[in-house]
Amino acid sequence: MKTLMTGNEAIARGVYEYGVSVAAAYPGTPSTEILENIAKYPEVYSQWSPNEKVAMEVGIGAAIAGARAIVAMKMVGVNVAADPLFTVAYTGTRAGLVLVSADDPGMHSSQNEQDNRLYAAFAKIPLLEPSNSQEAKDMVGLAMDISEAFDTPVMIRITTRIAHSQSLVELKDPQERQVRTFERNPRKYVMLPANGRARRLVVEERMYKLAAYTERVAVNYMELQDLTIGIITSGISYQYVKEALPAASILKLGLTNPLPSGLIKEFAAKVDKLYVVEELEPYMEKEVRLLGINVIGKELFPPYGELSVRMVSEKISGQLGITVAPAFDSPIRPPVMCPGCPHRGMFFTLKQLKLIVSGDIGCYTLGAMAPLEAMDTTICMGASISAGLGMIKAHPEMAENMVAVIGDSTFLHSGITGLMDVVYNGANLTTIILDNSITAMTGHQENPSTGKTLMGQPAPQVDFVALCKALGVKRITEVDPFDLASVKETIKTEVAVPEPSVIIARRPCALIIKNTEKPLQVQDCNGCKMCLKLGCPAISFDQENKTAQVDQAQCTGCGVCINVCKFNALRKAGDLNA
Amino acid sequence: MSVNSMPCERPVILMPKIINVLLVGVGGQGTILASKVLTHVAIAEGYEVKMSEIHGMAQRGGSVVTQVRMGEGVYSPVIEPGEADFIVAFEQLEAYRWAHFLKKDGVMIVNTQKIVPLTVLIGASTYPENILSDLKERVGRCIGLDGLKLASEAGNAKATNVVLMGVLSQYMDFPEDSWQNALEARIPAKLLELNQKAFAFGVAEAK
Repeated sequence: MKTLMTGNEAIARGVYEYGVSVAAAYPGTPSTEILENIAKYPEVYSQWSPNEKVAMEVGIGAAIAGARAIVAMKMVGVNVAADPLFTVAYTGTRAGLVLVSADDPGMHSSQNEQDNRLYAAFAKIPLLEPSNSQEAKDMVGLAMDISEAFDTPVMIRITTRIAHSQSLVELKDPQERQVRTFERNPRKYVMLPANGRARRLVVEERMYKLAAYTERVAVNYMELQDLTIGIITSGISYQYVKEALPAASILKLGLTNPLPSGLIKEFAAKVDKLYVVEELEPYMEKEVRLLGINVIGKELFPPYGELSVRMVSEKISGQLGITVAPAFDSPIRPPVMCPGCPHRGMFFTLKQLKLIVSGDIGCYTLGAMAPLEAMDTTICMGASISAGLGMIKAHPEMAENMVAVIGDSTFLHSGITGLMDVVYNGANLTTIILDNSITAMTGHQENPSTGKTLMGQPAPQVDFVALCKALGVKRITEVDPFDLASVKETIKTEVAVPEPSVIIARRPCALIIKNTEKPLQVQDCNGCKMCLKLGCPAISFDQENKTAQVDQAQCTGCGVCINVCKFNALRKAGDLNA
Repeated sequence: MSVNSMPCERPVILMPKIINVLLVGVGGQGTILASKVLTHVAIAEGYEVKMSEIHGMAQRGGSVVTQVRMGEGVYSPVIEPGEADFIVAFEQLEAYRWAHFLKKDGVMIVNTQKIVPLTVLIGASTYPENILSDLKERVGRCIGLDGLKLASEAGNAKATNVVLMGVLSQYMDFPEDSWQNALEARIPAKLLELNQKAFAFGVAEAK
């Protein structure tokens, strides 16, 4: 039976079919749905970890203990998980261990565009690149087999177009789920330098064996047709090549670390003109050049952004395709904080107070956009607090003029250590934790503050007040982010106090609560437009009547705008004049 | 320019070997469910199907696009400018934004609903005034309809996506039964009747 599946769903199906017992991840676009779909198979234990390093280590532990394990993350998550990854490459595991890295060429939903194939080469582990959903599923099985046969972790690298595109997948019955026994073997698993040096050689021996294997593995193959043009390609680029140049000969590579140098030489010898078509870095191209083979690659294709059928066709044929009518001039429609979002009032207040904001990653990063424009830096998960500390060490007087802003999930991911450092090294930084007790931006995944696990079990909730207290923060204030007067007073007080402080602004995400409030009404508006500065999609300006108007379908009645209007023009339904 | 003066003839369309359909709208408008209905029909009719969408932050009220490609030899999941046979726009400005993706002789179905982006609400840009007339001038076959109103009449404004599928069904060469089966397969039982009605309203609008 064939079913239409995204690459992420297909990987989850592969996990089910190929006997994987443990799965862990931290959510991040475009990888999130892998674990969400694995959770639909109760046979597999699946969990959200607080961050990617923890997820990786959960996978490592499970695999060393004898269970097939899979770990998934977006590409920047692999930076967080790199520490255990590089060393488990030395130890190997007892059962299969697979890391899925979901890269994001084109940066649809990411802060950078790193090509994680380089990680596989760097860590010296095998790398598989599926080019559609069927291959994504099949390669889970292949990756597990390679992992166990060569005693190594394996990386499956997908990109957004694999993760979020649907294509047909043939479903199979699951193989039996077997968990091997744990066997003590400290020389293999305790990476003291003496043991590490021994394993270092094992890594080289393994790469040598893999170099032979990659020459004959079924996922590396030639499609020989017209021999005037030969193209080496992998992943989604293969699909673009097939459609752009249906007659060309192709060397389709599925196992791309190590690359099959023999096969590449053989293919290069058969074709007149050789190209490498790959997104982002010239990863394969460099290897081909090292073989002394003349090849065309990045002189035609950019090392950034996504490729396309048209680009492949035009660059290789040298002829322009169809002419396309110009686009109409359309105002952009960027994502926005939802109506009723508890973050809106906070960023409005930060802007009002003209504070420098060391920001972080989550829905609230939208606080950087007009009209709120209340964010000065966003680097990576957790950097708000530690970068804030650095700013204060550079300019001690900045402490009175700045805050760090971070969400609950990001704080638990990698903000705690930053806050510990703030206390330890004495920076008078005010940290604002926006606590909606869920990982909202990626689609409401559970985290340790939610009270529930990925598999739907009840769980203890992190107590942020107690946690911050334990880290040594003495001043901790809880505020209601809808009560702007109190938010403003609290921030003013805490920023002025010469010691580390934490403000916890607590409200659930507007998208997950069952709203009982009625939409607001406008009465006696003098048209000052103050409320428009909130950037609420439910408030607009009626040009004819020169008054604010509230979209009754969108307004959640959160009342943040009531705080902002000096003329009492925005009212709850019960507060209208007769 | 009123909606009713938009041309509404129903030409017979020879289905090309590969059919590209773009569904464009604003996060939260239900483009994904619509694409599920459409791909269900295509698969049932024996087409190879690829579909692509972008998740993540864009869903927070931003522009969203779902791309459906069907037919023999479909490799890329992505539709490029000038290559869509059909664009189903759930909102006027999104129709405008994506219009250059339409093939020369492609069909554009536009829900005339306006959702004003925040950039316009805060006065940083203006919502284009002549969207429908500009589209009509460029696009040979452009069908405008108030899908929101039809969906509300069917019982729920949220069924606008299914109204639009009803319109689309009249321009594609798939049997009526197949669309009905897809609705049954893809829509929860308690909402089925309402959506069947919404679909029928879309069909009637196209005729």
